[in-house]
Amino acid sequence: MLETIDLSLVNWSRAQFALTAMYHWVFVPLTLGLTFIIAFMETMYVRTGEPEWKKMTKFWMTLFGINFAVGVATGIILEFEFGTNWSNYSWFVGDIFGAPLAIEGVLAFFMESTFIAIMFFGWNKVSKGVHLLATWLTAVGANLSALWILVANGWMQNPTGMHFNPETARNEMHSFGEVLFNPVAVDKFLHSISSGFVLSAVFVIGVSAWYLLKGRETVFARKSIAVAAVFGLLSSLFLAFTGDSSTRTIVTTQPMKFAAAEGLYDGKEGAGLELIAPGGAIEIPGVASFLAKWSFSAYVPGINDLLNGDPEHGIMGAKEKIERGKVAIRRLKDFQVARASAAAGKAEADAIKAEFASKEFQQEYFRYYGYGFIDDPEFLVPPVGLTFYSFRLMVGLGFYFIVFFALTLLFLLKKTLTRRRKFLKLAIWSIPLAYIAGQAGWIVAEVGRQPWAIQDLLPTTVAVTKIDAASVQFTFFLFLVIFTTLLIAELRILFRQIKLGPKNEGGTK
Amino acid sequence: MFGSYEFLQHYWWIIVSLLGALFVFLTFVQGGQTLLYQVARTDTERDLVVNVLGRKWEFTFTTLVTFGGAFFAAFPLFYSTSFGGAYWVWLSVLLFFVIQAVAYEFRRKPANLLGARTYEMFLLLNGALGTILIGVAVGTFFNGAMFKLDEMNHVIWQTNLRGLEAALDFKRDAVNHELIPDNIHNIALGLAIFFLARILGALYFINTVDDDEIERRSRKQVLYNAVPFLIFFLFFVIRLMLIEGFAVNDSGGIENEPYKYWHNLVQMPLVALLFTAGVTGVLWGIGITWLRNSDKGIWFAGTGTILVVFSVFLLAGFNNTAFYPSRFDLQSSLTLQKAASSKFTLTTMSYVSLAIPFVLAYIWWFWKVMTRDKITTEEIEDDPHAY
Repeated sequence: MLETIDLSLVNWSRAQFALTAMYHWVFVPLTLGLTFIIAFMETMYVRTGEPEWKKMTKFWMTLFGINFAVGVATGIILEFEFGTNWSNYSWFVGDIFGAPLAIEGVLAFFMESTFIAIMFFGWNKVSKGVHLLATWLTAVGANLSALWILVANGWMQNPTGMHFNPETARNEMHSFGEVLFNPVAVDKFLHSISSGFVLSAVFVIGVSAWYLLKGRETVFARKSIAVAAVFGLLSSLFLAFTGDSSTRTIVTTQPMKFAAAEGLYDGKEGAGLELIAPGGAIEIPGVASFLAKWSFSAYVPGINDLLNGDPEHGIMGAKEKIERGKVAIRRLKDFQVARASAAAGKAEADAIKAEFASKEFQQEYFRYYGYGFIDDPEFLVPPVGLTFYSFRLMVGLGFYFIVFFALTLLFLLKKTLTRRRKFLKLAIWSIPLAYIAGQAGWIVAEVGRQPWAIQDLLPTTVAVTKIDAASVQFTFFLFLVIFTTLLIAELRILFRQIKLGPKNEGGTK
Repeated sequence: MFGSYEFLQHYWWIIVSLLGALFVFLTFVQGGQTLLYQVARTDTERDLVVNVLGRKWEFTFTTLVTFGGAFFAAFPLFYSTSFGGAYWVWLSVLLFFVIQAVAYEFRRKPANLLGARTYEMFLLLNGALGTILIGVAVGTFFNGAMFKLDEMNHVIWQTNLRGLEAALDFKRDAVNHELIPDNIHNIALGLAIFFLARILGALYFINTVDDDEIERRSRKQVLYNAVPFLIFFLFFVIRLMLIEGFAVNDSGGIENEPYKYWHNLVQMPLVALLFTAGVTGVLWGIGITWLRNSDKGIWFAGTGTILVVFSVFLLAGFNNTAFYPSRFDLQSSLTLQKAASSKFTLTTMSYVSLAIPFVLAYIWWFWKVMTRDKITTEEIEDDPHAY
């Protein structure tokens, strides 16, 4: 297997997957949060009967629809790319990974697509109450869709609830609860959807700020901002809370990711938070330790400790892990040889099978299975710079949004918002910042866990579909052109609809 | 509650088959898209047709996604083998579905970059190539594909066309050194589905659109497309009954069995009954549209389509048959048993599957509400969210 690894294939496959995922995440966060904002506006309309609320509902719904279409388009590719580009991965973990995807299809996608159609086309076909229910169910459906794929992603970061079956050469699930309530999955879900809420709130405030600057639709804009600012402030606080909880989880599940994100090469007690550069000079003492373990003096391992091992703190070095991984791979080979050699090997095959089933072998050897494919320990270090700076960008912007929402609310309450033109301009420019923060977050999560497709069990080099790199290169550029074209089309349509304004909702006729 | 492992494997094959069957029925959206310029001549008519389809396209799309997801979850070895192996087929299918997803929403919006005609071309491409390619891909369930699995069950595909050989390669068979005739069989299935989708699309217009001209043209299209559909469908079915199939023997090995699918049909009378009822339904739907001027044809032809496709999937997987055979390495062929998820996973998902009737119920309710009255040009003009 090792001799056939083609790094250019792996890199193009990763590039294609990253391209699809990043484009997908351009469209998804707005879907997650805007639906709730719309549902709230429609609730106000149903309760008060004020046409202004209906106008708001319909306008934001139009923008939602434009955005949603491309989200769907990029989503289908993402689902199938697990098969087309990561087929070995799909078999190795399909028994666990496939289930959330299927549940997502049955429970969430149909809910979303049915009720979205009522939301858009049902205004004159169902009662006000049913329509409102459909809007809320669309919001719930969209977020449920996110739940299952993030459970799957959380599992890749922290595989749990399964054991390896040498007979089928794959991992098999034994506890659905462990998969669903995997701490990484819970954090990931809450953190991702709340980031979507924040982005949506920034989006609504930014677009409304543009109207205020132009002196158009001022009542509409102020009301929209009021809804979005409250929603945004609550979401951004929750976002910080879930981010903090995610950090403490990865310190135990993915210490290498944490070390890379902190730029921490040599672990210590009371590790400081680097401000400017990884391993650099300017640091705030104790903060990294605090983030990791809620204690300013706690020990946090660095990249070198994780590679070389640190018996004092119970950290196994990479060499040892690689050795143990190779043992697991060798035993699997032994099993396959024994099984193939007719009757004589049966007893031996059974014995090895029992060995794989034992807790000790799973804990001491199979747990490091993926390391067995790695020759150079340096390969275990993710790109430190990219992870480090993305982490800072994400966290920094996260705190900025809290302040931004608080100020928006303050100015709104003091009725000075319309006058503060600089702040309104800042609000418009905050929209791209929200997108950047989300992308940076995914870079930390996914680049930070390289080289793993499944943490500790399967490196991307083994997970990849064996195909010539040129094919993947071709589809990469094909998708790049298509997605970029669709993005440009989407932005132009979106800008035009915003210019046309809420009175011309829909804008086609 | 769900019984033996073997039962679960069959249960999930039924679910996957049902999703496949529902998907083919829902390709009336794709078929309708290919009729865009034939049943609608003016811009107003085209807007009407696009909007009538636009209220349903997401169901087709979602069913396809769920079909893929269910296959991944229940038969991951198929997912990893076919998607990773037949790379070009599946990526082409995806490509033609990506362009559909934006076409409805963007077509009539101002500043849409590419212009309405381009988005209409996207709809045509999706309608034509989406259906044909999926048909060809399903054809490989009977005619086999060119792969081998290694000891880790990782797929090694044997052609550079990565799946497209099922439609494009007419060279000699790598193993038997015969000309590969079965590509014609795969293509026939693709074309049968294509023409069936067009028939269903026309029947859907007749049922849903309140416009005399569009209805008149749709009736003509039902007839025009019925002829090629019947030719390709009959060719596919007759040949299917005659070819050598891929049977699982008592020791779990795979061997060729002459007339395997004919045997399956005879040995599973219930499937034969479903199949016959389905064919009758499709013909009945076409017949009453043509002879009695009915607008209910879609219900018969639609139900018939579901039954036919469902029974064809059962022919492929039930009765000790390899549902995804390898033409290159017989023993690598996928059977329900070999490709299935573990018993635990299948059981867990089976509990989730109990929600399916509930999902179908609310979709049914939605459908009734949204199509209570036929859709008119006026309604589209008044609709702020019209496509």
